[in-house]
Amino acid sequence: MQFVSAVNRFGWGQRDDPPSGISLHDWFARQLTEPDAAAFGHLGSSADGLIALREQRKTKQQGDPLVKPIFQAEVAAQLDNLLVTAQPFRERLCWFWFNHFTVSLRQGSTRPVIGAYMREAIRPHVDGVFSDMLVAVMRHPAMLMYLDNTGSIGPASPTGRKSHHGLNENLARECLELHTLSPAAGYTQADVTSFAAILTGWGLDMKAEQPGFTFREKAHEPGAKKLMGRTFPEGEEGGMQALRFLGTHRATYHHIATQMVGHFITDTPTPQDVSHVASVLQASGGNLRLASLALTDLHDPARASGKFRSPMDYTTAVMRALSSGGAPSLPDDPHSPAHQLAAGFASLGQPLWTAPLPNGWGDRAAEWCTPADMLARTDWAWKRAAHATTMDPMDVARIALGPALRPQTEHAIHNAGSRQDALTLLFSSPEFQRR
Amino acid sequence: MLIPRRTALLGLAASWTLGRSSLAFASAPGGPDDPRFVVILLRGALDGLSAVTPYGDADLKTYRRDLVLPEPGQAGGLLDLGGFYGLHPSLRTLHGLYGDGQMLPVHAVAGHYHSRSHFEAQDYMESGADNRLSSGWLNRAVSILQGKTDRPDGYGLAMGLTVPLLLRGPARVGSYAPAGSQHPDTDLYNQILALNASDPLTGPALRRGLQARDFTDATMTRMTASLPPDKTHKPDAFTQLSIAAGNMLATPHGPRVAALEIGGWDTHTTQIKRLENPLAQLDRGMAALRQSLGNTWKRTVVLAMTEFGRTVRMNGTGGTDHGTATVAILTGGTVAGGKVGGTWPGLRPGQLFENRDLAPTTDLRALAAGVLCDHLRLPAPAIATVFPGARTDPAKGLVTSG
Repeated sequence: MQFVSAVNRFGWGQRDDPPSGISLHDWFARQLTEPDAAAFGHLGSSADGLIALREQRKTKQQGDPLVKPIFQAEVAAQLDNLLVTAQPFRERLCWFWFNHFTVSLRQGSTRPVIGAYMREAIRPHVDGVFSDMLVAVMRHPAMLMYLDNTGSIGPASPTGRKSHHGLNENLARECLELHTLSPAAGYTQADVTSFAAILTGWGLDMKAEQPGFTFREKAHEPGAKKLMGRTFPEGEEGGMQALRFLGTHRATYHHIATQMVGHFITDTPTPQDVSHVASVLQASGGNLRLASLALTDLHDPARASGKFRSPMDYTTAVMRALSSGGAPSLPDDPHSPAHQLAAGFASLGQPLWTAPLPNGWGDRAAEWCTPADMLARTDWAWKRAAHATTMDPMDVARIALGPALRPQTEHAIHNAGSRQDALTLLFSSPEFQRR
Repeated sequence: MLIPRRTALLGLAASWTLGRSSLAFASAPGGPDDPRFVVILLRGALDGLSAVTPYGDADLKTYRRDLVLPEPGQAGGLLDLGGFYGLHPSLRTLHGLYGDGQMLPVHAVAGHYHSRSHFEAQDYMESGADNRLSSGWLNRAVSILQGKTDRPDGYGLAMGLTVPLLLRGPARVGSYAPAGSQHPDTDLYNQILALNASDPLTGPALRRGLQARDFTDATMTRMTASLPPDKTHKPDAFTQLSIAAGNMLATPHGPRVAALEIGGWDTHTTQIKRLENPLAQLDRGMAALRQSLGNTWKRTVVLAMTEFGRTVRMNGTGGTDHGTATVAILTGGTVAGGKVGGTWPGLRPGQLFENRDLAPTTDLRALAAGVLCDHLRLPAPAIATVFPGARTDPAKGLVTSG
């Protein structure tokens, strides 16, 4: 019975009995060939978020009255989906790619658009082509705001000459380092500067009826530019060509394959595992559906101990095991399942959409298993378990862990003095800390 | 990044405002008179030219006129550091310490690495080696300094939520978090310990976590009592961590070395405005640390360091991009301060590093080694273990003798 271990590793924690009447391979494949089942129809676009931001600024309103409800509705809908999704593999890919292309609430006033960023730039492409996702990310208001490109101006452009303003390298540098090539590709400071010049003019039109991406010709650095030995033409097209070049570069495929194996399979990816995924990316022109399925080939339930759960993994798995969620969470109700989950992320040190730096949250065991981490998990699980008033802890344990449940844990659950204690023991067992 | 949890526990409001700082401790044996050492990691690359501004260098304004504050004596101006340099006006406490001869900024400091990637550079800064190691130089120093004696209350009393690479390694180091008010009882904890006993990751972590909780519960009670009664201004996270660090370090059986982190330095845009808050937080933290250390401040050295500096020229958005040399700040009761250390490299076009950055004249590792040898009394031959690779010559004269 390989299902539970695969569902846990590639998904978000087992919620119901494992799927039946279907092979594991088909179960994975179906999630990426059938359309995204998440229903976000009631949420607005990034343009709606920017309109709210614009109105707030125009009328100098305090306390985020227009943006806050947008953000709360995003949290409610997206975390509800995380709790109940029947496409957990697709869902983990969505959050993996969001983290790869991190946008954080920490800077750039991204709150009105960060939820839309996930839905508009990331989700549509997790079964598509990597370079399409890259382009969607780099043109999205959330990324342009987060990494400062909205204010980057070509020094020799009309705007640059008039205002004496110039380049801001932030987006260009992080795109090369984190999103695409990685430093292993050997690019130089000159490449960073040049790529920043290529991206000048990529900004936002906040005044438009539908505010969003615009190419500001007057801020664009004139002339052709060189990046990694290639020449790219002046204009918006130069940026598009550069992104296609970077998004299909061999070094990029190697880098993202390494990230994928590191997130899904092991803290210490072997060259063989990485090249298994990288070669699929290379042969398919960056097809993420095929690459993701290649990743599932690497699943081996016997592999030592799996991946250690991050706080987001852990809290989601606990709440899924407790069958939390179902009815839609009210956006402004802190007791609704989605907001309880968000509070769990935060209390264990991984607040939603708030990564400290553009490289996103770490996914290695060493980053999340300090003494204080483990105690905090135990204490949080104990409080959650107090709310489970009807479930049989042994059923919860068997569904959540399947064959990974150790006799020792089973014994402890069986002998626990209360339902709360029994569930706390389950959620504090070493096997529940892994996926 | 584990701070937000502390948010809830200490009763603070928005979690993200706290997410930029954290604290970890290492313990070492000895008596109450042991030297204490605090390292503050300024993650995100502090612009040294704004923190300690060489206003006496006539070339400065040609690169960044709009980023230079008025000279000392003028409204909103720099705080004078002896006629050539001026301290940012948000750093009032540090300026007072400078006046007392207990603050030593060192200029044109850079690491031994040449990377303008935050992540790479921070790894090198913390591991202190020519290649990226999985242990940090401060941990290796602690593992030598702690000797063979074990402490009666165990090394597990180390505190701090997230352990930075700087403090990871062979010496046992813990992380500190105030215990929540509600948690399972001892019996359930014991069962949980038993379930995890054979697990290499979760077993030791839970064991140490519970040991540390016994210690921190007691210390935290004292700490809360020592908080200023003014409830209108709740101290920010970094200040709270600084108070906690001071209290723990001052405890006779507490840790001897602590590391704190504070972010917010990556000022690619509107730098003048964005630097004020992190600098003010740093300054308040130093005031809190000094106060909570009490008499122990006399035996303390604090080193604040960042992964690299920022471009000498202002960029197109009123900020600066990733550069090379910057300032490092030493403060504490035993620091030989009241002057600005280092060698000023100049800002003439030919003097800039790669025609964009302040050129390095002091190796960050030499500074750290100077403190380790002269303050913590690390034997000189051990420097090669703490900082493997190219030889590091410890900087002299950073601390007063004695």
